[in-house]
Amino acid sequence: MIASLAMAFAIGIAFGWTLERAGLGSAKKLVGQFYLTDLTVFKVMFSAIATAMLGVFWLARLGLLDLGQVWIPQTFLAPQLVGGLIFGCGFACAGLCPGTSCVAAASGRGDGALVVAGMFCGVLATGASFGALQTFYESGAEGTFTLPELLHLPYGVVVAIVVVVALLGFRLAERLERRAAAHASR
Amino acid sequence: MNGAAKPYSNPYLAGVGLGLVLLAAFIAAGRGLGASGAFASAAASVASRVSPERVAGNPYFARYLAQPGGPWKDWLVFELAGVVLGGFLSALAAGRLRREIERGAAVSRKTRLALAFAGGGVMGAGAVLARGCTSGQALTGGALLSVGSWVFMLAAFAAAYLVAPILRWAWR
Repeated sequence: MIASLAMAFAIGIAFGWTLERAGLGSAKKLVGQFYLTDLTVFKVMFSAIATAMLGVFWLARLGLLDLGQVWIPQTFLAPQLVGGLIFGCGFACAGLCPGTSCVAAASGRGDGALVVAGMFCGVLATGASFGALQTFYESGAEGTFTLPELLHLPYGVVVAIVVVVALLGFRLAERLERRAAAHASR
Repeated sequence: MNGAAKPYSNPYLAGVGLGLVLLAAFIAAGRGLGASGAFASAAASVASRVSPERVAGNPYFARYLAQPGGPWKDWLVFELAGVVLGGFLSALAAGRLRREIERGAAVSRKTRLALAFAGGGVMGAGAVLARGCTSGQALTGGALLSVGSWVFMLAAFAAAYLVAPILRWAWR
């Protein structure tokens, strides 16, 4: 257990370090995503998702990683849809998400610290009201349900589609940033 | 702080770095990254101190309290403590450590802090319902191609884009 927690701490340090390097500890930079002036969030997230996805796919294919040993978040469609919509409203308001708010607070930002405090209170209040939410929380249970299963396509094909979508997204992101910069200098 | 802060990294390189951290977590720990789960452990611990009998009948908190060694000896709690230290060290090394409240020019400090707290609270509610946030669902479940995680990610960004125009005044 101590080894596992030490590993968690080390992974966390690397996680926090990369978020800060990318500038995601800054709410003003982060919200540029929502006003299409700075698409760093999209670029970082999709580079990360594509990298980890390709790594998992190839390591599993080469027999170096047993996918059965990796915990895949289970699907509960309705609560994840509604939870996502609620989360997004808070995200735009706070300008930071739970992970990046910790980085913002750690780099000295008071707004980051207040997002952390708000997040704690939100989880506490929602958890305390769990009795009223439990039926909905457990609705739409699909177990471990992946995009290849949903689309009836081989794993490798879905991986390729996500990579292509990410690359097209990066092109679009660069174009949008150039347009926003030209607009701002006018 | 003296001297100018260093510019941020190239977002694609930082993203590949983040992807490798996530991949390392999959390989070494058999699980991905997260953030909101650590808040849930902390909330469960505080709730059980305040009202132990009510929390005993609360299955949401009970799950976090059932951790061997208590809610604080949790994988995500240690990971998030690492995030705080890693963020601090990176900001320190880049000369970006600075006490400030980031806000739009037209917004008072108080308003920004109120928005930050309210936004955090709303995110907390969403993260409980969705069983995770941008880290545990969007990044981790996204890379593992979980349908629910992609639904969460698309819903969260759709809602943020819908709400952002109303909040433009806060960032100008």
